[in-house]
Amino acid sequence: MIDVKGVHRTFILGDQPVHALNDIHLHIDKGEYISVMGPSGSGKSTLLNMLGLLDVPDDGEYWLAGKNTVPMSEEQRAAFRRDHIGFVFQSYHLIPRLSARENIELPLMLAGIAPSERRRRIDPVLKRLGLIDRAGHKPEQLSGGQRQRVAIGRATIMNAPLLLADEPTGNLDSQAGEEVVNLLEELNHNGTTLIVVTHDTDLGLRAGRRIRMVDGRIVEDNRA
Amino acid sequence: MTLRDQISFSLIAITRQRFRTIMQLVAMAIGVLAVVLLTGLGEGGRQYVLTEFSSLGKDTILLLPGRKETSGGMPPLSGEGTRDITLDDATSLLRLRNVERIAPLVVGNTSISAGNRSRESLIIGTNAAFFAVRKLEVRQGKILADIPLNQTQPDCVIGAQLKHELFGPRIAIGQWLKLSQYRCRVIGILADTGTGLGINMSDALIIPVANAMQLFNTEGLFRVMIDVRSVQAIPALISNIEQQMTMLHDGQLDVTVTTPDSLLTAFDNILLVLTLAIAGIGGISLIVAGVLIMNMTVISVSQRSAEIGLLKALGASSHEVKILFITEASMLSVCGAALGLVTAEACLWLARQQFPDVPFHAPWWASVTAVGVAAGTGLLFAWLPARRAAAQAPVLALQKRGGK
Repeated sequence: MIDVKGVHRTFILGDQPVHALNDIHLHIDKGEYISVMGPSGSGKSTLLNMLGLLDVPDDGEYWLAGKNTVPMSEEQRAAFRRDHIGFVFQSYHLIPRLSARENIELPLMLAGIAPSERRRRIDPVLKRLGLIDRAGHKPEQLSGGQRQRVAIGRATIMNAPLLLADEPTGNLDSQAGEEVVNLLEELNHNGTTLIVVTHDTDLGLRAGRRIRMVDGRIVEDNRA
Repeated sequence: MTLRDQISFSLIAITRQRFRTIMQLVAMAIGVLAVVLLTGLGEGGRQYVLTEFSSLGKDTILLLPGRKETSGGMPPLSGEGTRDITLDDATSLLRLRNVERIAPLVVGNTSISAGNRSRESLIIGTNAAFFAVRKLEVRQGKILADIPLNQTQPDCVIGAQLKHELFGPRIAIGQWLKLSQYRCRVIGILADTGTGLGINMSDALIIPVANAMQLFNTEGLFRVMIDVRSVQAIPALISNIEQQMTMLHDGQLDVTVTTPDSLLTAFDNILLVLTLAIAGIGGISLIVAGVLIMNMTVISVSQRSAEIGLLKALGASSHEVKILFITEASMLSVCGAALGLVTAEACLWLARQQFPDVPFHAPWWASVTAVGVAAGTGLLFAWLPARRAAAQAPVLALQKRGGK
């Protein structure tokens, strides 16, 4: 499903170039559960952004669903993100003025799906997330765990085959974190490819495949 | 994304962020309001001045005693200064070609009483032709009789305001008024004509010129108004009048002949300055409004670059993101500009109610540019930051500010 070949990404911080991704090679099959760990600044978030088409490599190839995405235009990447990738961020990134239901609805709206069809698809998701009675609440009226569940709902509503989570439990207490992780793993069981970037060793060890990064390089790639 | 969804997304953004929306609407409205109101007030003043000076017909020549220019030669030794313009002088003007009619004028103030009410008022001594020259009409009764200028007759025509103050609702026609030691009978009441050249005719009392000369004990006329048959004849007639007066005044040109037109020309400079001042006021308020709107829009759109990043991460194209922000900015601009325009027109309407003499109306160019600049700035400065945020890699826009 994913083939990353010789990818480099360099940022200029001050006048120092930082090699955030240094010759990354990675093959990921459909349905895998991968954790990416490593110290701060090791390039794990950059890897996730690159895999999510939020960032573009300076060099190398990134094949997703049979297409090399590097030469694509930004508009083509946007369409690709919409259809193939769901994101879960540490800080949720919900739109504060929209209710839980409307936040989940957003990708469907952007995809131009009719309102009746949107409703038909959102209701079961709300039920599965346990948010039925919270559907009309704004993010500020929800707990952290509920917000992250809304974000997961939004990430999965398009049935994207690839789910990327950047520190999904970073802002949550252990119980809410556990619920969120259970939800993500349940999605993985149903066939979604799940990649989680985390500092949390316990969370990292739950994944079937653990990647460790240091200074922009993959230094370990273990399967349980 | 469908058009309906774009509009509903923008509507949600506008209606659920009330504080931001109100601030932007206010900025937009105040911008438009300032321009329209300021130019409206200025233009009202300009129009007022303009109508004041054009209330005299263009085909009227004024003859005034005295002459401004120094004519050189010997200063008058005999102590005899400028001579008065007499009734005979005025009558003789009727013999000149192209003179339609003349109206001599003696002006003064005295107290008038009717029964036990009395009042200080403006007295105008003139003749029947005056009514035609000044385009005055009577509401009731008749105008002064057409009698020789040197003949007295105890008749008077009074302004509407004066009638009201002296008689109230009672019938004034046929009543006698006392003017110091003289008396006159009211034969007509002027229709309301407002003011002209600072003289409020509705406050005035008009009597035959010979009566006024007795009343104020004078031989000289304040001025003579001369109606010309055709406007083309004015330059020739002016020099004819000057010759005639020189002849009658023993070879000395001691009168001034002028046209309201030349007065108007003199005031053209004032009007030009006024117009420029209004344009300047309009321009400055436009700039202020523009900067205000620019700031509000740039801040509110920049604050949302994280949202732009998120929308892109969810699969919106840069184009769709720009359209979303433009839709929102257009709605805000149109509402804000309309709000400003309506408020400004309401204020101008109130001003007109308060001062009915001054035509407070914003010039159309001010309203059009104000709305144009307000809406244009609103759109442009929503579009610029939206475009910048939309053009960035989504990861950069997302990092700008952590969303909730």
